[in-house]
Amino acid sequence: MKAKGAFSPDIIAFCCAQSAYQAADTAGSMRIPYPENIRVIRVPCAGRVDVLHILRAFEKGADGVLVLGCHEEACRHLSGNVRAKNRVQKLNTLLQEVGIDGERVEMFTLAPNQGFRFARIANEINERIKELGPSPVK
Amino acid sequence: MATAFKETLNSGKFVVTGEIGPPKGTNLEKTVHHIDLLKDKVDALNVTDNQSSVMRFPSLGTALLIKERGGEPILQMTCRDRNRMALEADLLFAYTRGIGNVLCLTGDSITVGDHKEAKAVFDLDSAQLLHMVRILESGKDLGENELDGAVKFCAGAIVTPEANPIEPQLIKFEKKVQAGAEFFQTQAIYDLDNFKKFMGYVRGLDKNIKILAGIVLLASARMAKYMNESVPGVFVPQALIDEMATAEKGKGVQKGIEIASRLIKQLKEEAICDGVHIMAIGREEVVPDILAAAGL
Amino acid sequence: MIVAERKPLEDIKEMIAGYKKILILGCGTCVTICWAGGEKEVAVLSSQLRLASKKNGNELEILEDTIERQCEKELVEALKDKVQQVEVVLSMGCGAGVQTIAEIFPDTPVYPALNTKFVGMPEGEGIWVETCRTCGDCFLDKTGGICPIVRCAKGLLNGPCGGTNSGKCEVDPEKDCAWTLIYRRLEQQGRLDTMRKYYPPRNFQAVIRPGKVETLQA
Repeated sequence: MKAKGAFSPDIIAFCCAQSAYQAADTAGSMRIPYPENIRVIRVPCAGRVDVLHILRAFEKGADGVLVLGCHEEACRHLSGNVRAKNRVQKLNTLLQEVGIDGERVEMFTLAPNQGFRFARIANEINERIKELGPSPVK
Repeated sequence: MATAFKETLNSGKFVVTGEIGPPKGTNLEKTVHHIDLLKDKVDALNVTDNQSSVMRFPSLGTALLIKERGGEPILQMTCRDRNRMALEADLLFAYTRGIGNVLCLTGDSITVGDHKEAKAVFDLDSAQLLHMVRILESGKDLGENELDGAVKFCAGAIVTPEANPIEPQLIKFEKKVQAGAEFFQTQAIYDLDNFKKFMGYVRGLDKNIKILAGIVLLASARMAKYMNESVPGVFVPQALIDEMATAEKGKGVQKGIEIASRLIKQLKEEAICDGVHIMAIGREEVVPDILAAAGL
Repeated sequence: MIVAERKPLEDIKEMIAGYKKILILGCGTCVTICWAGGEKEVAVLSSQLRLASKKNGNELEILEDTIERQCEKELVEALKDKVQQVEVVLSMGCGAGVQTIAEIFPDTPVYPALNTKFVGMPEGEGIWVETCRTCGDCFLDKTGGICPIVRCAKGLLNGPCGGTNSGKCEVDPEKDCAWTLIYRRLEQQGRLDTMRKYYPPRNFQAVIRPGKVETLQA
């Protein structure tokens, strides 16, 4: 139950359909709790996520962004997860230029059956963003 | 009329040249002292030109000073700081003041020096500078204009016998010979077996080219290692590095003098080349000791 | 191709400070290839500037567009309607592009979002290197296709110099000695005689700047 006036971060989680989205599903069906303010967006591959998607998420008021894809070597599209990792790195620079803390965005890898891992990541990011406070460009 | 240095080169004597590094400023006290110390002990004295791209009192001015004190200067000219017009003009002036020996160099890059944002000129390279000297001697300048008043120089260049790879260096060497270089001073030499091979090639090319082997005084084993590892075209055999290491603390320079004089003696006794060029780099005071130890 | 790099965001923000409606214009040719000023980079810069404005509480409306080539008068003229709606054009083209726009629309300030660096080519993914200095007196037939003006720190025509160090340049141990590369290339082609030739001083006025070329198409 939310305390009155407490900050509830708006977090977008881009989830790869081959891994993270299924893990989120698993977490759900196993009733593993994760924050309800995390909005899951399914993408065919983490590599589909563009820096522009993330920048526009911040323009629209997001406080944090997660990019979740397959483990190294496991990408069905060969190197989509690697591209995603590089893009998030590049994004760090772009965000810092605008005065947004790079800690607000992170990429993680996981397997489709890792419901617990999904929940853990979601909780970790939620706590981190609560600590950082609302996005400075909200 | 040939310069005193030119005559010495042609005399068959074992030639010895030294070097004066001008001061960074207008205090010429030490410079005058070094000139007086060395002028009668060597056949000629090089004057460096903003060596290592460090701005200093000009080589032309120091060459004049040597002349005034009764010495024989070799004017070093690099292409780094002056375009062809400035180089031509300086040579005209040098000639009128009796400075008739010139060493033609490309010059170190700006970035190794102390004016790192300066514009590097490099209008010419060393081979083109040598050609330019001969063109001036023919009574014309590089713009193909007639000169009113001739010049004559004894012109030389440098060569790096231990360059690796050696082939491109030799191609450049041959260009300098064709451009009219009369003498060469080499980069520091420490391995005489290698040097003999190089001299074999030179004698095969042209018996009249005069080669003065570069002698740089080692002051410590650390310096010997540094020169071997970091200075382009310098090879110091492990045996010499080890020998330097045997020196007692504080006696490094002594050991260096021993080694230098030994090299010079061998070069002379075996007539390996035509002479030596001693570069003391800040230790001009001990050059007389090196010469004495070598029996010169 | 021309290689450029976007200016730091702080510099760009300073340029457009105080303006409320701008056009960010990309170029579809060289700067698209080197990831500096194409359609994508226009979108990213717009997003960043909107975020920055929000953060500072400023008003900023951004129009975005990308044309095939900014250095072509006709293509730039076609932007008339858009340019009339804004106070400033922020060009993501090279210096030639910026100046073409400025020439066609002299009443509107045109600012450069990029620093134009050199003429070069891609060496690897995301890495572009300078290969041509546009000296106007191409020497490449004599050096096996390796340019000493660009790649030799001293721009020598009769190399190498005494600072060459095991195939590397004395200026930077990571940098190859151009003349050692040239030697190896010509040796490979059996053309060392070309390197043995003496090359007289360069004509530094081969292109009187600003350069101009006039021709008739065949």
